[in-house]
Amino acid sequence: MVENNVFDISALNVWYGEKQVLKDINIEIKANCVTALIGPSGCGKSTFLRCLNRMNDFIPEFHLEGKIINNGTDLYAQKIDPIEIRRDIGMVFQKPNPFPKSVYKNITFGLNIFGVKDTEKLDKIVEDSLRKAALWDEVKDDLNRSALSFSGGQQQRLCIARAIAVNPKVILFDEPCSALDPIATGKIEDLITELKKDYTVVIVTHNMQQAARISDFTGFFMLGELAEFDKTKKIFTDPSNKVTEDYITGRFG
Amino acid sequence: MNTEETFDVKPIGRLFAVLSYFTKINLAGLMKNFSRKKAYDKGIKGILFLCASLSILTTIGIISVLIFETVEFFKEVHILDFLFDSQWTPLFYEKHFGIMSLLCGTILVTLIAMLVAIPLGILSAVYLNEYAGERFRSIAKPVLEILAGIPTVVYGYFALFFVTPLLQKVVPGLSGFNALSPGIVMGIMILPMISSLSEDAMRAVPKSLREGAYAMGATKMQVAFRVVIPAATSGIVSSFILGMSRAIGETMIVTIASGQMPRLTFDPRVPIETITAYIVQVSLGDTPVGTIEYNTIFAAGMTLFIFTFTLSIFSHWLKKRFREEYS
Ligand SMILES: Nc1ncnc2c1ncn2[C@@H]1O[C@H](COP(=O)(O)OP(=O)(O)OP(=O)(O)O)[C@@H](O)[C@H]1O
Ligand SMILES: [Mg+2]
Repeated sequence: MVENNVFDISALNVWYGEKQVLKDINIEIKANCVTALIGPSGCGKSTFLRCLNRMNDFIPEFHLEGKIINNGTDLYAQKIDPIEIRRDIGMVFQKPNPFPKSVYKNITFGLNIFGVKDTEKLDKIVEDSLRKAALWDEVKDDLNRSALSFSGGQQQRLCIARAIAVNPKVILFDEPCSALDPIATGKIEDLITELKKDYTVVIVTHNMQQAARISDFTGFFMLGELAEFDKTKKIFTDPSNKVTEDYITGRFG
Repeated sequence: MNTEETFDVKPIGRLFAVLSYFTKINLAGLMKNFSRKKAYDKGIKGILFLCASLSILTTIGIISVLIFETVEFFKEVHILDFLFDSQWTPLFYEKHFGIMSLLCGTILVTLIAMLVAIPLGILSAVYLNEYAGERFRSIAKPVLEILAGIPTVVYGYFALFFVTPLLQKVVPGLSGFNALSPGIVMGIMILPMISSLSEDAMRAVPKSLREGAYAMGATKMQVAFRVVIPAATSGIVSSFILGMSRAIGETMIVTIASGQMPRLTFDPRVPIETITAYIVQVSLGDTPVGTIEYNTIFAAGMTLFIFTFTLSIFSHWLKKRFREEYS
């Protein structure tokens, strides 16, 4: 299997106002792999993740230098429309954030805004996405019930299904399991492993075991710098950096 | 439906709540707080209790007078005539008491006002909330609030001497007094209220919902109209209702600019009369107290009261009903 890079990131520096939060990040993210980002709180993992689909654009004091190349496109080039970018690069957030609408309308939201009206097609995509998100059996009789009436774990899988429905190439996860119990977490982990067949996954997590279990590559962030980036196996068995070792063995952070 | 039978005293408590809602003063809370400190200073408590009772008593008084005089009125005029006669001419020799022609005027002007205020209010709320920068908003909001502080008599003359002549150039057959011009001006008057309350409702929609939509490639406009507005519906609709109550009860603009001709029509170009304007007309005239002509204003006032009271109860119900939407 030929591994090609979905993201080629070089010399990435990010500031919020005067404060620099990412320093000279260089990283390659491979297609159809799960890349985990770990590191202590406040080290810039979320900021980095949100650079990848330009979700930081909404923060007025945000400022970026360097290059993020996504399949040959420079994401921060002048002519790039961030709206287009986000259609290809979906995101699942820390706290489940379904819309206060029915399950069905949550899933079809993205398709509706792209102008898909064909009900047969919509029905099919709803079923497919819910199946992929391992939620179909639980909600198939309740598609018109409000999404808010489901449990946190179900809501989070619904958000994943919602992201899948618009058929992105990459899905970014920012601590998707931090609000969930172990069972729901297990389901989402299985799901992510399943997803990498069709999508490229980048996930921020505070759970070392989770990173070890589901990821192929792991990046360790430390004070805004990428302290170490390697195959997950290497990071967790033979880290080349002393700080990484201290962090993953729980000696700090 | 006869008002003297259906109106019992229980809603006084609710009215009290509505009253404190409108005046933005938490009367009940005030009283509770002070009663907790009763060991502290009984004298103060007594005075405050008197003040609070005074406002309740005033309300009770107003409603009692309203009911009493309305009862007097219906001793002479049959309820069916009141509801179904198409003319309202209590001051003429040949008297008719069909409230519908006044109600029609009120509804017509209110409708026009809402047609102006709702779209503009929503759009300005969307703009302020989703598009405008912090600096623009910090200037625009106070300016909008100044609009709300202009005395209504100024709006009235603005309608009569500025808007009407202007409209006469584009609307054929528009009389000097009409429903259109005061309706539009009234819409402008309640616009700040609708815009500001809707904006509050939209602001309360969690950021995470907006992010969820943006992350799927939604545009600003799609986020505003498909996520934020639907999620803020209950707040937005209750701002409409509040604006509507305001329009229904508005007196000065219509007294000045809409004429004094009660008639059963939805033609916005001809002179009409609203319930409020009629009450002013009779109050300012030399109608002797106790006559049937005089009592008409209480029957008209009662109609108005029932109308706005129902609206505000509806808006409270709406708020409760949709409160849990995004919690
Ligand atoms: N909108 C913002 N404005 C200013 N500073 C910010 C903003 N968002 C984040 N920061 C700062 O940037 C730094 C990195 O934040 P970021 O959220 O990326 O950390 P993180 O690694 O995701 O942390 P956590 O693990 O707690 O989620 C922090 O010091 C934070 O205070
Ligand atoms: Mg974070």
